[in-house]
Amino acid sequence: MEAISLSDIKKIYQMGDNVVHALDGVSLAIAGGEFTAIMGPSGSGKSTLMNILGCLDRPTSGSYRLDGQEVATLSDDELAVTRNKKIGFVFQSFNLLPRMSALQNVALPLVYAGVEKAERIVRASRSLAMVGLDTRMDHRPNELSGGQRQRVAIARALVNDPTIVMADEPTGNLDTKSSNEVMEIFRQLNAQGRTIVLVTHEPDIAENARRVVTVRDGQIVRDERKAG
Amino acid sequence: MLVESIMIALEGLKANKLRSILTMLGIIIGVGAVIAMVSIGMGVRDKVQSSIAGLGSNLLIVSPGAASQGGSRQAAGSGITLTAKDATAIARQVQGVTLVAPMVSRQYQIVYGNQNWTTSVQGTTPEYLDIRNFTVEEGGFFTSQDSEARARVAVLGKTTADNLFSGVSPVGKTIRINKAPFRVVGVLGSKGQSAGGMDQDDVILVPITTAQERLLGITYVQNINIQAASSETIDQVQEDVTSLLRQRHNLAANVPDDFRVQNMVAVMATATEATDTITLLLGVIAAISLLVGGIGIMNIMLVSVTERTREIGIRKALGARYGNILLQFLIEAIVIGVVGGLMGIGLGVGASYIISAVAGWNTVISSLAIVTAFGFSVLIGLFFGIYPARKAALLDPIDALRYE
Repeated sequence: MEAISLSDIKKIYQMGDNVVHALDGVSLAIAGGEFTAIMGPSGSGKSTLMNILGCLDRPTSGSYRLDGQEVATLSDDELAVTRNKKIGFVFQSFNLLPRMSALQNVALPLVYAGVEKAERIVRASRSLAMVGLDTRMDHRPNELSGGQRQRVAIARALVNDPTIVMADEPTGNLDTKSSNEVMEIFRQLNAQGRTIVLVTHEPDIAENARRVVTVRDGQIVRDERKAG
Repeated sequence: MLVESIMIALEGLKANKLRSILTMLGIIIGVGAVIAMVSIGMGVRDKVQSSIAGLGSNLLIVSPGAASQGGSRQAAGSGITLTAKDATAIARQVQGVTLVAPMVSRQYQIVYGNQNWTTSVQGTTPEYLDIRNFTVEEGGFFTSQDSEARARVAVLGKTTADNLFSGVSPVGKTIRINKAPFRVVGVLGSKGQSAGGMDQDDVILVPITTAQERLLGITYVQNINIQAASSETIDQVQEDVTSLLRQRHNLAANVPDDFRVQNMVAVMATATEATDTITLLLGVIAAISLLVGGIGIMNIMLVSVTERTREIGIRKALGARYGNILLQFLIEAIVIGVVGGLMGIGLGVGASYIISAVAGWNTVISSLAIVTAFGFSVLIGLFFGIYPARKAALLDPIDALRYE
């Protein structure tokens, strides 16, 4: 079954007198277990597409089925539950809460999922161990390097065991070594069978994906799959 | 989830300790001021009430009119129209009267040994003791037999006793009132100052007949104290006394009263009303500062929402619903109200004690004022927290995440 199915998605912004078509009829199907990179220059609409895929934003028109469920028409609270349960989101700027330890940050989605405190700690520790940070659980984000912070963010994205992990320029703020470490984690996750969607403008990052979708002016202009 | 939200709110407040304290300061001062002001107001009311009650409860005082109806009129009470028989008639004929005590008085010099003291000598009956709430501290009081026999016995007020007999028990000693010897049979318990600032202990009580015939040489009485059975019936008693005395004095319908009946309950009601107004006024002024404190909470919460827009965006992106965010900020505002309210109670109670200790004012800490002020501080936190919390909860996750 297709994990993600977009059909004729449009996103229109009204900027004063100008009408901006950020997405202009995007249709895309991503199968479960695929590793897809979305590329495009800035202003192409790739971030808008990512936000819609991540249920952070709603399309103006069109249909978005996530795991077979129509999400384009969900209410704010229903979208919040969808983000919590089905999607793990990794941001370019990590978006960790500065006053919380790595463990508390990772456990945060479980708070909103209504998980008991003892179990939250168990699951958050396990998730941090998956990204190799089990020795740094009590550190705050400002006591961690950029690469470590992004790994904490990935652990947070994984803690609720989502079927899809989405990453918006996850290596944008990282040096090459950290970038490679982070991409290695994504490759492992994909090997475990998780669906991964990743937005980037760096071709060598996109190299990690099996499928590269290129977006320009709000439309998909190319959709390549690598053999093997 | 609620416990979780409270923990998140407490964390948020702890992260900004100075700001949280400053925000609470408005509530602390507001609650403290309400409690302190109301306790001062209640203290004043209690003081006024107790000094009026000290006069005697449910008291009516009948005094004669002026000595003449035309020409040069003398002071009220100088008339000679009231007699001891009027008092007896009131006691026998008016319903709802418990005690009646006629009275005469004049200043005399009292001599004991080489000591002398000038004070008010009051001739009355034993009922006077109960009507005016006097107690006998030492010895006894004179009896109605003493009255009939015109006995030369006297009961001293505390101040008089202290001035004539320093340290010695006066009971059984003989004093001279206007040169006539009187035997002291008792000393009254201290009552302190009256509402008017008069020393109520600076008196000597003697049987009324003794005072009339052996000291003053008169047959009339200067006033009649009447105690009514209850404050509900006192107005009726006042009317009945008035009509009885008009009848006894043979006054025609068009002739004005030749006496005056003063109702001390009415005096007390007026005084209570005045002090209640003062309490209300002080409380309202203090309540305004509580309101200002609430606006302070809203101000800081709005700043906090703006400052933490990104945090709200992250929480929403991770699955926080409208209710989660609303609750988080609402609880933060309520916690400010609760903690500020508790500290304000401490401040108010402390201030009341200090005011009563330093300024010597009577303060009464009212548990109603404490509960009300605390309840209001929590409600103010809730009320002024709703708008910022809603604003936070309604933020769009995309906009919030982009906020720098």
